[in-house]
Amino acid sequence: MIDAQPVPATTSRLLLRAVDLSKRFPLSSGWWDRNPSFVHAVDGVSFDLMAGETLGIVGESGCGKTTTGRMLVRLAEPTDGQVLFQNQSGDLEDIAHLKGQPLKDFRRRAQMVFQDPYESMNPRRTIFDTVAEPLQVQKIGDHTQRLERVSETLGLVGLTPPSSFLFRFPHELSGGQRQRVAIARALVMNPSFVVADEPTSMLDISIRTGIMQLMGELADRLGISYLYITHDLAVARYMCNRIAVMYLGKIVEMGETEEVLQNPVHPYTKALLSAVPVPDPGATRDPIDIKGSVSVPVDPIPRCRFYDRCPIADNHCQNNDHPPLENKGNGHLAACYKA
Amino acid sequence: MTTDPVLAVEDLTMHYMTQAGVVRAVDGVSFSVERGQSLGLVGESGCGKSSIAMTLLKLLPDNARLVSGSIALNGVDLVPLSEEEMRPHRWDRISMVFQAAMNSLDPVYRVGDQIVEALEAHYPSAGRDSMERVSELFDLVSLDPSYILRYPHEYSGGMRQRAIIAMALACEPDIIIADEPTTALDVIVQDHILREMQSIQQSLDMSMIYISHDMAVIAEVCDVVGVMYAGKLVEFGPTADVYARPIHPYTRALMSAFPSVRGEKHELVTLPGEPPNLLDPPSGCAFNPRCAYATEECRTSAPPIVKRGDQWAACWNPSEE
Repeated sequence: MIDAQPVPATTSRLLLRAVDLSKRFPLSSGWWDRNPSFVHAVDGVSFDLMAGETLGIVGESGCGKTTTGRMLVRLAEPTDGQVLFQNQSGDLEDIAHLKGQPLKDFRRRAQMVFQDPYESMNPRRTIFDTVAEPLQVQKIGDHTQRLERVSETLGLVGLTPPSSFLFRFPHELSGGQRQRVAIARALVMNPSFVVADEPTSMLDISIRTGIMQLMGELADRLGISYLYITHDLAVARYMCNRIAVMYLGKIVEMGETEEVLQNPVHPYTKALLSAVPVPDPGATRDPIDIKGSVSVPVDPIPRCRFYDRCPIADNHCQNNDHPPLENKGNGHLAACYKA
Repeated sequence: MTTDPVLAVEDLTMHYMTQAGVVRAVDGVSFSVERGQSLGLVGESGCGKSSIAMTLLKLLPDNARLVSGSIALNGVDLVPLSEEEMRPHRWDRISMVFQAAMNSLDPVYRVGDQIVEALEAHYPSAGRDSMERVSELFDLVSLDPSYILRYPHEYSGGMRQRAIIAMALACEPDIIIADEPTTALDVIVQDHILREMQSIQQSLDMSMIYISHDMAVIAEVCDVVGVMYAGKLVEFGPTADVYARPIHPYTRALMSAFPSVRGEKHELVTLPGEPPNLLDPPSGCAFNPRCAYATEECRTSAPPIVKRGDQWAACWNPSEE
């Protein structure tokens, strides 16, 4: 069962700090295009992640949540900003632009679980090959040791007995089992940090709870920190100690999960929350209507990203840059002039 | 509401003949939908909910066999009808909003022309009027009429779903089947579209069947809900009753596994095991291997129907109440 109350971060040791992290993708029409436009996918995002903590990143499609996650595990290189990650000696090291061996070493400590367990695995490789691949890449152990480590990890993610899974192929497993394999592959290196990108959104409800529970248990047992990317606020409520709400590349609100969900401050968070259906036919909801739809932040005007759709925006919002993320009480941060 | 249902499905059974054997996708399903009512069919992947939709429209692949049952649409049984005889009913009286909003429009035709095509297939003489009808429909689903002559790639996901709803509404059917109509959409867009579909349904006094895996969506838009498991309806009744007092252990398991952003943060309970393979479903009650209350008779014989008011479930060991 998943704990009804969020487990507080066991230690306040800082594991990762994102400082002004940005990623811009050029919309270039070729080498002759001297002034290409840029999609500001992630734009000046900063947050801390404590050891053992789960931080949720929530938002709609195209808000930059996946790009943020990919930068933290260096599947994408940030355009600007720093990713300070605690190294073995306990110091913070900027991993934003690592190359070669130091990057390879970093990958032992930070891993990723992808959304689609049907797409994220090579159908021609056995479960053993899939899970052992990080060990192979990192040249850890010989075949016997890898077999042992992979079996141990499969046991950890609830694929028991491991021997009955080791030499099967992905198509022989169900969606839930495949996602367990994907988690095993991320954990086989014993990382301290895992980015989980919508790990349960492809799974059926009766399977999803099991994966959520497993990830929670692993965090407790192994002290793993997660960056949990999801569009589902209800899932975030159960998985995350804190959540950050993103809109067009910016964090617009961040705080303790229950605090943000019960007392949203930013007009976007309010609208988003008011649109979530509730599994209770008796419940009444008062949806807040916001204009328009999510756009693509191509060379955005330096003003609040939510200005065009905001029900409470005024001249101040129009004439000033995107508002800074400020404490609105209770350690609850929001980026809004009017809140 | 009239006493004659718009759609009455009786003992519907549909099998897929595959190389591996017979897949019992829809297995003895009965339900009816009144005028103006919205029915939700909820269940997990592979429980047969989309197969029911395709069966009702008789849009089945070659390897599907309609084994038994009747589908009475306004009193006319669709089952024995030939493809030619089916044509005046399909889309005209019963239409569908498909699941994959991104793929159900043809990318090389303008959206307006695609709707006209559907219209003219049924009203060949409509001629110039059909374009007017399209702009009425665009108005109805809150699409900007300037998009009538644009191509699907110029639409956002939410707009495409609206266009598909417009297409389903084109011939003013009595009933629309919406198969996961908002699954691929962001939550704010989903909310807009669901609310619009509800208000269109009410203003046209249409019936709806919503098919979804999302308990929350069903709770919001449906008067009546049917819970499906392994090709069968396992529980059926007014949505408020089924959600407040589920009879079947599977319905209860779905409820307790479903997270909500609002209200008490209840514990999420994991349902053990996986949904059954419909090539070889468990004997007795198909849910028995995963059921905490399963007894010997659950493993051997089909469960009886337990009735409570308008609500019923197929279970040997229903919840006490």
